Amino acid sequence: MNSLQRNKKLLGTPYFIWCAFFIIIPLGMVFYYGLTDRNGSLTFENIAAITQPEHIKGLFLALGLSFLSTIICILLSYPLAMILSAMKVSTKSFVVFIFILPMWMNFLLRTMAWQTLLEKTGVINSVLTFLNLPVLKIINTPSAIVLGMVYNFLPFMVLPLYNCISKIDENVINAARDLGANSIKVFTRIILPLSVPGIISGITMVFIPALTTFVISKLLGGSKILLIGNIIEEEFTQASNWNLGSGLSIVLMIFIIISIIITNIFDKGGESNFL
Amino acid sequence: MKKKLCVLMLFAFVMAFGLTGCKKADSSNGEVVVYNWGEYIDPETLELFEKETGIKVIYDEFETNETMYPKVEAGATVYDVICPSDYTIRKMIENDLLQELNFDHIPNAKNIGKQYYDSAMEFDPGNLYAVPYCWGTVGILYNKTMVDEPVDSWTILWDPKYKDNILMQDSVRDAFMVALKTKGYSMNTLDLDELNEAKNYLLEQKDLVQAYVVDQVRDKMIGNEAALGVIYSGEAIYTQRENPDLEYVIPKEGTNVWIDAWVIPKNAKNVENAEKFIDFMCRPDIALMNFDYITYSTPNDAARDLIEDEEIRNSTIAFPDLSQYENLETYTYLGQEGDELYNELWKEVKSE
Repeated sequence: MNSLQRNKKLLGTPYFIWCAFFIIIPLGMVFYYGLTDRNGSLTFENIAAITQPEHIKGLFLALGLSFLSTIICILLSYPLAMILSAMKVSTKSFVVFIFILPMWMNFLLRTMAWQTLLEKTGVINSVLTFLNLPVLKIINTPSAIVLGMVYNFLPFMVLPLYNCISKIDENVINAARDLGANSIKVFTRIILPLSVPGIISGITMVFIPALTTFVISKLLGGSKILLIGNIIEEEFTQASNWNLGSGLSIVLMIFIIISIIITNIFDKGGESNFL
Repeated sequence: MKKKLCVLMLFAFVMAFGLTGCKKADSSNGEVVVYNWGEYIDPETLELFEKETGIKVIYDEFETNETMYPKVEAGATVYDVICPSDYTIRKMIENDLLQELNFDHIPNAKNIGKQYYDSAMEFDPGNLYAVPYCWGTVGILYNKTMVDEPVDSWTILWDPKYKDNILMQDSVRDAFMVALKTKGYSMNTLDLDELNEAKNYLLEQKDLVQAYVVDQVRDKMIGNEAALGVIYSGEAIYTQRENPDLEYVIPKEGTNVWIDAWVIPKNAKNVENAEKFIDFMCRPDIALMNFDYITYSTPNDAARDLIEDEEIRNSTIAFPDLSQYENLETYTYLGQEGDELYNELWKEVKSE
């Protein structure tokens, strides 16, 4: 028994090496750069720099757009997940497959494809002009960024929701019906609360990548809209100010941790109602 | 038994790691690590170089000087040959990142016209560090079917008539160059009032700009996506080839004359191979191949003489007579504080 446990620990070694090299050390470096200036002396200036108008604007814009995208993702995914879980097994797996299919293509390529679709003389507008319909003017606006976020992150909302809803015991729903609950009551009192863990993991998987993205805003926003992700990226790649970039990353991390804490509070509430 | 297996697996894992870590080039003459602009070379020339010399080329690309510099400075990858622009070469010289070239090992460097070495003196006094590879200007590319008035001034980029039809460069120096030149200032100014004026001018323009892009100006202009775009002269010939409606002009307020040149960083591991590479690139036939492929003006006089198409050999776009323009300038390195000031103002423009 003892040696088995030791062996198990040994098997974990690659993971620990991975963890140390690719998570802990880089994180340490981000904190080192974030808390020092170019000469290497300790400073909190890089953290405080978030209060500069263009940084705070980028942060709130990113929070706003990713929040909006998350809400849209939930509204789109929830009905879909419910329809999916009610389907026959064979059709179900086919629809899920269709949903996962685009993810086999590179994320960057898909976003660039949207650029070509939405452009002034792009595919969508060519079709609209051909049909004598007014053209779509959303490229290089926040709407295009939200569209890109929703498109790219929707599967990450659908799958956990579907997983969660399909695991709800039919008998619980039938019992509620037997006791006189109508469909609305069944949904609000049974299905919705039982699917909270799915919603929570969906939110985490959509909100956080949306908050930190810089590719979507760069490609679909025409670099005219700076999200906090773009500001950080440009500090590293253009301004070669790694210290400021790291400082702002730390602030962003704090916001992500706060969002995780908030969602966790809801999660616990959801579960304890039923346990 | 199990334990042994685990240890063995771990050993194999470490070995696999270790082996990939110290994989050496097996070709007999070693390798040369090249860091160049994106789409800035005819890939066939690299193959030829490998075939002729037996040196393996490891090729890497960047999009702007600003993205290239921190990578070289941090030394994450050690490059043997880099092709930065004028002001960045200056910055690299000042920060002691480059080594002096041994021109005895680069005999073909004499094919580069004297006038280009003279211009290079501005950022590389004494011509010690750099061999010019391409040169050109920055100007306006416009679509004749969308713009019916004569284009000869940067101010057309502020004309509300072309709202959402203007493409600006998404690089801090080029964007500020346009605004500063229009206002009649030097594009290397560090005067706060002038810079603030330029910033406000760019802010005024932002509403009219369709997008801030770098390499995409070319594709978007070819695809009739915009009427006017700020572009490097080297792209002009290529875009005209693809879309005959496009025309390139150097605005009358003056512009940036730039030179991109080969340099060898101080920490280069294969200096000899790097010299061979630069020498190879200066060979007239190779320079011609590259010119045909990337269409950026070549400073290689011997290569220019080899151009068969007379129209291109005497093209005013590829080889403009710069003496007819006033206020032409080359970027100078602004120093760390200057760089930070420009970046800060540019961030304010973009985040507005």
